[in-house]
Amino acid sequence: MNVALLIGLLLTAGLVAWSSERFHKSLPNWVALVSFLIATIWIVFVWLNGPSEGGTYADQSYEWIPRFGISLTLRVDGLSLMLIGLTTLLGAVAVVSSWTETQTRQGFFQFNILWVMAGVVGVFSAFDLFLFFFFWEVMLIPMYFLIAIWGHEDKAYASMKFFLFTQISGLLMLVAIVALVWVHYDIHGIITFDYDTLLETELDSSVARLLMLGFFIAFITKLPSVPVHTWLPDAHTQAPTAGSVILAGILLKTGAYGLIRFVITLFPEASQEFWVYGMGLGVISILYGGYMAYSQSDFKRLVAYSSIAHMGFVLVGVYSFNELGIQGAIVTMIAHGFSTAALFMMAGALQERLHTREMSKMGGLWVRAPRMGAVTMFFVIASVGMPGLGNFIGEFLVLLGAFQKNVLLTVLAALGIVVAAVYGLSLMQRSFQGTPNPDVPEMKDFAFREMSVMVVLMVGLVWVGIYPQHVLGMTDAILPLLGVVP
Amino acid sequence: MMNLLWLIPTFPLAGFLILCATEGKLPKVVTACIGAGSVGLSAIAATLVGWEFVTSDSTSYSQVLWTWMVVGDFNVSISLYLDYLALVMVGVITGVGFLIHLYATGYMWDEEGYSRFFAYMNLFVFAMLLLVLGDSLLLLFLGWEGVGLCSYLLIGFFHTDPANGYAARKAFVVTRVGDTALILGLFLLFREVGTLDIQQSLDGARDIWPDGSVMNTAIALLLLGGAIGKSAQVPLQTWLPDAMAGPTPVSALIHAATMVTAGVYLIARMQDLYLLSETATLCVAVVGLVTLFIASFTALVQSDIKRVLAFSTMSQIGYMFFALGVGAWSAAIFHLMTHAFFKALLFLASGSVILALHHEQDMHKMGGLWRKLPIPFWSMLIGSAALAALPFTSGFVSKDAILLTAAHSETLGMTFWSIAVAAAFMTSLYTVRMMYLTFFGETKTEPHDKSKANMWLPLLVLSVLSIGGGWLGFTVLGTLFGDKGVPFELHLKELVAIATMCVPLLGVLVGYLLFATNVFDRRKISDSAPGKAVGRFWFVGWGFDKIYDSLIVNPFRWLARVNKSDAVDYLYRFTTLVARIFHNLLTVSQNGRLRWYALTMFSGLLFVLIVVALI
Repeated sequence: MNVALLIGLLLTAGLVAWSSERFHKSLPNWVALVSFLIATIWIVFVWLNGPSEGGTYADQSYEWIPRFGISLTLRVDGLSLMLIGLTTLLGAVAVVSSWTETQTRQGFFQFNILWVMAGVVGVFSAFDLFLFFFFWEVMLIPMYFLIAIWGHEDKAYASMKFFLFTQISGLLMLVAIVALVWVHYDIHGIITFDYDTLLETELDSSVARLLMLGFFIAFITKLPSVPVHTWLPDAHTQAPTAGSVILAGILLKTGAYGLIRFVITLFPEASQEFWVYGMGLGVISILYGGYMAYSQSDFKRLVAYSSIAHMGFVLVGVYSFNELGIQGAIVTMIAHGFSTAALFMMAGALQERLHTREMSKMGGLWVRAPRMGAVTMFFVIASVGMPGLGNFIGEFLVLLGAFQKNVLLTVLAALGIVVAAVYGLSLMQRSFQGTPNPDVPEMKDFAFREMSVMVVLMVGLVWVGIYPQHVLGMTDAILPLLGVVP
Repeated sequence: MMNLLWLIPTFPLAGFLILCATEGKLPKVVTACIGAGSVGLSAIAATLVGWEFVTSDSTSYSQVLWTWMVVGDFNVSISLYLDYLALVMVGVITGVGFLIHLYATGYMWDEEGYSRFFAYMNLFVFAMLLLVLGDSLLLLFLGWEGVGLCSYLLIGFFHTDPANGYAARKAFVVTRVGDTALILGLFLLFREVGTLDIQQSLDGARDIWPDGSVMNTAIALLLLGGAIGKSAQVPLQTWLPDAMAGPTPVSALIHAATMVTAGVYLIARMQDLYLLSETATLCVAVVGLVTLFIASFTALVQSDIKRVLAFSTMSQIGYMFFALGVGAWSAAIFHLMTHAFFKALLFLASGSVILALHHEQDMHKMGGLWRKLPIPFWSMLIGSAALAALPFTSGFVSKDAILLTAAHSETLGMTFWSIAVAAAFMTSLYTVRMMYLTFFGETKTEPHDKSKANMWLPLLVLSVLSIGGGWLGFTVLGTLFGDKGVPFELHLKELVAIATMCVPLLGVLVGYLLFATNVFDRRKISDSAPGKAVGRFWFVGWGFDKIYDSLIVNPFRWLARVNKSDAVDYLYRFTTLVARIFHNLLTVSQNGRLRWYALTMFSGLLFVLIVVALI
């Protein structure tokens, strides 16, 4: 597979979509949708073909700035391929979910979506630290525009907050990257940003701890974890539907991906020592995120806080430092991508119909739109962690793995399951059940366009739920690298 | 034939999927055929498989469908396991389940959401079957959560009433507390034994802890936590009475015959773990005893007929837990089965009464119905006789088996026995009260009987089973636990045996005198100040709800209210505030006035000079 070509495809499609606006208003939508579908099908084919002998699906390297040892190294292993597949699929979902929502400057809107996604694909495939940082920034700016231009009433505040949090934490990562390269240069006399080479760097434990923190803070801000989570509810709530779908479905996963790919591999000892903080923050995120979710009266904000709780499970899983926990974290990433994308799409659909996200102005909507009610119920129970659906597999494996590491923290994390039921069902009650709100005499139900997307996501969750082996098998290869299995 | 095992859960699943995909657009008759028919087909499949199994020599049969997940040493497959215990459960679920579905085709006919109702019901049957057929604890857990979900969906079936929604959420969240204990039990079991396969883990437990251990007890107690939640035992019992908000067939199927007995099944399934730990077994017995005692008093003062039955269910499941705790394993499962017959019968018959009275559930507004509603009356009479364990009914056989085993158990035998027998007396008392208020005395509401064959036929079949079901016990269930359980034939202390038999009859007599005649003036007791206070205390289920509300629910709600805008964010908002203050200060300094600039330049220069001079 040629990742560079894939990234190029998305970037070019962005430019095409932008300029196609002048021919027809909805042409940019089609351009974006078709390119995401092509990309998705392409990745499915790559997946079906299986990896090469080295276990990778793609491995490309070109010189970029040789003087500083910077190269365009793009590599795709199982974990990356799966996340790239999720990216392109949710790209299509995002486009469909905003099909009628955006009325102004559609071309530029789709341009931003395509460029964010190109950045994300780059993040998931870059094996050069400089290149990684480059893509990390590439996905930030279009996302900022998406919120700042097409967002809702408080978009300026939310987009700025999102930008500052990501930028400042990104800066810490940049410092850590440069310092790591410097240390490597100090020992070996070679300047290089190459992942494989830097993996071999022998670090002082105190230096390693410091550099690890730089990466760690950047990634848990993106994840996000308490206490650096507060940008997320604002950004999510204010972003247009496509923006929220991308943010929750994909961008949060770049944080989790970074933890797995960089933090615990580049600094294994320092991370192992750090486990109690990592897992502790995860547990706090689970409980605090769930509790905050229950407090909200805004449909979208509630879902946003629930994301924090779910990402807490990822953190707990990663810092369990065993196969079960890390596999569980990866399954959670995929399943959460599906379930939360759907819930944000639902929030967008409700806002488009009712012009509000406030649940006190909803109530009894099931009577008006039974399909939307049933679909919401499905995704709510998925995110509550119902066995048979993907989220359960992830959370179960995470907790099973964490239990081997620390019983107390696992018990606390398991309480999150109860809290999830409390906020999930309360969401359902306040929006779709209860006395039908007389102010909403009728509401258009989902039609073919929306249902088709929802069905795809549902099938995805059931698939991961009853046969997670496809996901688990993809990531087997990365585990020896993480030092959790010999 | 036995390889058709997978078909048993597949039929209801298919029914669910068809009803979902057609979105309620099918004609009602077709919906009814799919809804009840799928469970009927499943019952037929169960009969075929069961017959083959009983006539063969094997004691178990397992069928691996596919690998669920493999992570390192952790390996779980989706596979089914059939033994006598599972067979009894499958029989109850598909058999009684089918009858209830059939009844529901009539009961729900005029209701909104006919198709949605049967979709949920079919999904429930599917999940319940997975629960009892699951080969591993994880698959059992899938069924376990699945039935919980369906219970939630069906309690809140009439979702436009917020009260139903509240009851549904309460049921889900309270049982989830127990489920969390259960899943922690699974984690601990996996850590200690290294597998979640039921048979392997039991073998492993016997090998690792031949004499029991703290770990073993901890696992058994955590599993008990799950069982307590699902089976509505003290202290997680508060959801069951509210769950009566669901349509009556739901109460019959989920909250009487099948789901609430899942806890009993779980403990019976994990028997060896409990046999290894006396503490855990004692806990099971005590939980059952406390529940059966508390619930039987609560049932005595309820005015809603379904709530009486709900508390009675709680109390009967208490008997099953009690039986498990005192080592009467077979008797527990036997009582589970007979209870499924007679309690489903009672619920369905009361449903017919409720329907005929236009959804009136208050017994004080009923009365004098026995001539006007003959079929519900006779069904309910039979069901009540079995519930009160009167001789020649199935309930008599199973409850006597429990009580007599209890009397013979070594530790605390007679103490336990006397409490359980006292509760049996109360059972008769509240049953008589219920029958009297509903069917005798003066008529307060005129009934309109609308039931057709699809509604009275299930009542008929269940009536027969409620009486004759006791015979099944001797033929099938004696071999259920092999030689591990206590055998049925007991060398009775004669006095105990006679007392056990007579106490329910005495209860009926006292109840008759108390409620139907004026021999005792019960008003005098219930209207006196202490009588009123006790009555109120019993009526609210001994105040558990109030304690939970003030200790957990309200503080949580309060916390949620005060921190809606996220305290953590103040940290960042404070930072921006500081930045903004400085921004404003500096903006003020740029005022465009030359004098001001000159002044600041001069004072800056002065400041620098002074600093330099001082250094």
